[in-house]
Amino acid sequence: MLALIVLAPLAGAIFNGLFFATGLCGKLTGTARHTSDRIVGTVACAAVLVSALLSTRLFLDLLSQNPAGAEPITAELFTWMLSGTLDVSFEFLFDSLSAVMALVVTWVGFLIHVYSIGYMHHDRCYARYFTYLNIFVFFMLVLILGNNFPLMFVGWEGVGLASYLLIGFWYEDSFRVYAGRKAFVVNRIGDFGFILGIFLIFTVFGSLNYQDVFSQLGDPTFVSGISQSLITAMALLLFVGAVGKSAQFPLHVWLPDAMAGPTAVSALIHAATMVTAGVYMVSRCSALFDLSPVASNVVLIVAAFTAFFAATIAITQNDIKKVLAYSTVSQLGYMLMAAGAGAYVFSIFHLVTHAFFKALLFLGAGSVIHAMAGEQDIRKMGGLRGMIPVTAVTFLVATLAISGVPLFSGFFSKDEILASLYNGGHTFFWVAGLVTAVLTAFYMTRLYILTFEGAARMDYKTKSRVHESPAVMTIPLVVLAVLSVLGGLLGVPEFIGESVGFHYTGLIEKFLSSSVVVHHGAEHASSHHFGHWTLVGFSVLAAFAGIVAGIFVYYRGQGKTVAVSGQTAEAVRRGSFNKWYVDEIYEAVFVSPFNYISGLSSDFDRSVIDSSLDGLSDFVRDLSRRLSALQSGLLRYYAAAMVGGVVVIIVILFIYGSMDS
Amino acid sequence: MEITVTHYVVLASVLFATGVYGVITRKNILVVLMCLELMLNSCNLLFVVFSRLYEGATGHVFVLMSVTVAAAEVAVGLAFVVSIYRQKESLDIDLLKLLRG
Repeated sequence: MLALIVLAPLAGAIFNGLFFATGLCGKLTGTARHTSDRIVGTVACAAVLVSALLSTRLFLDLLSQNPAGAEPITAELFTWMLSGTLDVSFEFLFDSLSAVMALVVTWVGFLIHVYSIGYMHHDRCYARYFTYLNIFVFFMLVLILGNNFPLMFVGWEGVGLASYLLIGFWYEDSFRVYAGRKAFVVNRIGDFGFILGIFLIFTVFGSLNYQDVFSQLGDPTFVSGISQSLITAMALLLFVGAVGKSAQFPLHVWLPDAMAGPTAVSALIHAATMVTAGVYMVSRCSALFDLSPVASNVVLIVAAFTAFFAATIAITQNDIKKVLAYSTVSQLGYMLMAAGAGAYVFSIFHLVTHAFFKALLFLGAGSVIHAMAGEQDIRKMGGLRGMIPVTAVTFLVATLAISGVPLFSGFFSKDEILASLYNGGHTFFWVAGLVTAVLTAFYMTRLYILTFEGAARMDYKTKSRVHESPAVMTIPLVVLAVLSVLGGLLGVPEFIGESVGFHYTGLIEKFLSSSVVVHHGAEHASSHHFGHWTLVGFSVLAAFAGIVAGIFVYYRGQGKTVAVSGQTAEAVRRGSFNKWYVDEIYEAVFVSPFNYISGLSSDFDRSVIDSSLDGLSDFVRDLSRRLSALQSGLLRYYAAAMVGGVVVIIVILFIYGSMDS
Repeated sequence: MEITVTHYVVLASVLFATGVYGVITRKNILVVLMCLELMLNSCNLLFVVFSRLYEGATGHVFVLMSVTVAAAEVAVGLAFVVSIYRQKESLDIDLLKLLRG
């Protein structure tokens, strides 16, 4: 059954891929096209639905077996590699962490598949799109359900491939192809670190199986036998992989460009699932990261900087998807901040709630773009609330959730992260998190107001055609909106639960404790100046400060882009608008020198290597042309040559013969 | 004047040189073939002369062999000449240069 979860999307991909391979795609018209599109869409959605239902079933099994979900389910398909001490099998693991991830991936993935049926309706190549989407889900499930590092790496690369294919889905546009390539190349840098980390793990532990590695890490005598710097090196190499996949600074540059793909893809791959693979990996290796304070601090610093940095960029972007892309980078930073502070459970909690509301935001943005006939610039929107009410309301729900308004899901997960930062003694990062929360609330309010409120700024032709999306698109929006509101119930903190008489507190923490390291109680009790409620107060304050500021600036301004006064402010605005010139810096520091060196070596190849070889072959050809003149075909010359040769031999014999005697 | 071995060797050399000259310079295939025979027979002459000089039978046997082979060779060569003439309507050896490089 476990294997079936993974194989169902593969089957869907094979079916649709074969359909695509028939070449009918794009050539059918009328009812034939209608029927084929319907079959393709249904198969793709059904494949993911099968996975979703099966993982729900296994999840319930896991829950009923043991309240803490202690006994993971495994399924071995076959032995993959067997060489010396290396023994890697194609084996899946369904423990509490995998269960949470699998539920998110399959259910959110299913909703996005359904949404795609409507969103990609106009596209010529329906089958190709759904093939890629199913391939993605397959590899994502391999990634999260694999029971060893190589299998995770297979999934890791597979989702990278699917991401590449889907970013460049509309390959007629060279920018989209470029964006896909950029994502692929930047991810390669991270993957390099990841695979080195895997090698190091194998040399140290002699195994790549999760249970083997983590049980050895749990053994104090073994841990004291290996040096601390080795553990740090392993953790940091793995983190390099996470930096690439989860788009953390300095490898975040690919994610905003990845928005070139279809919006449903951005929702599935570049918001809800694939980019959280890094967070999953860090949480999966929580036993390793937990043993290395250095690595944890590096994670914390990089993540906190990314969270803040990306949030400052999101404030000034005018493309609705770019805002959400930088918001995703920022929120991923939030998740890794929690991991860096040792609160792995809450990074997964935020991953789950973020999957709900960010998928919703992207799907909402897709619905807006659909309504606006492809327009993505929020300066040309406004006043859409009355025209597309379902999208507007669900988008508002997601905005409130990501901003951290109390009782919405984002509030609980964010607050837990901030509280664990504070209780872990990372006061500086707690403040950074609060500031980021203010910025998040601010730019999301800006995005919502500029898109849905105020006066309509689009031209008449576009305005007259604005329409609400069909039910196949709005139903996923509504479902995700409900999840965005209720998702927080998975992790209601104990003290809040007690005060309102809600008994199901800290569900996700209890559930995940069997597979992820959980710190019970506070380790840095001395730094507790603030109680639980005061911390919550700060978070709420941060959320409302951002929202009120956003309303104040943009709602009163009727959606006009705000002019800032003062030179410093203008410089900051321009820096933020230009993404702090990171792409330009990379262009100058890496890409141009690389191109220059490539040019040099290409010149060397052409002028030295090629020309010397050409010269040699020219010489040989010339020589042989001259020599071939000797073969005249005339008998007399051959005879003369023979006679001449004999004469020469005789002369030589005479000379040497006379010398001998 | 007594005829010595030297005279025979000089005669054979002159015959051989004449044959070589003919093979190289003449254009007619028949003449070239005849010059070849000339070269062959000058060698036969030397065989016989040295055979007499050293009073052995080996040289005679060689001559008999080579005359037999020469007869066969001439038969094949003349057959070629006939067929070449049918093809080219000419016996000019310079026309046969299909194998030119």
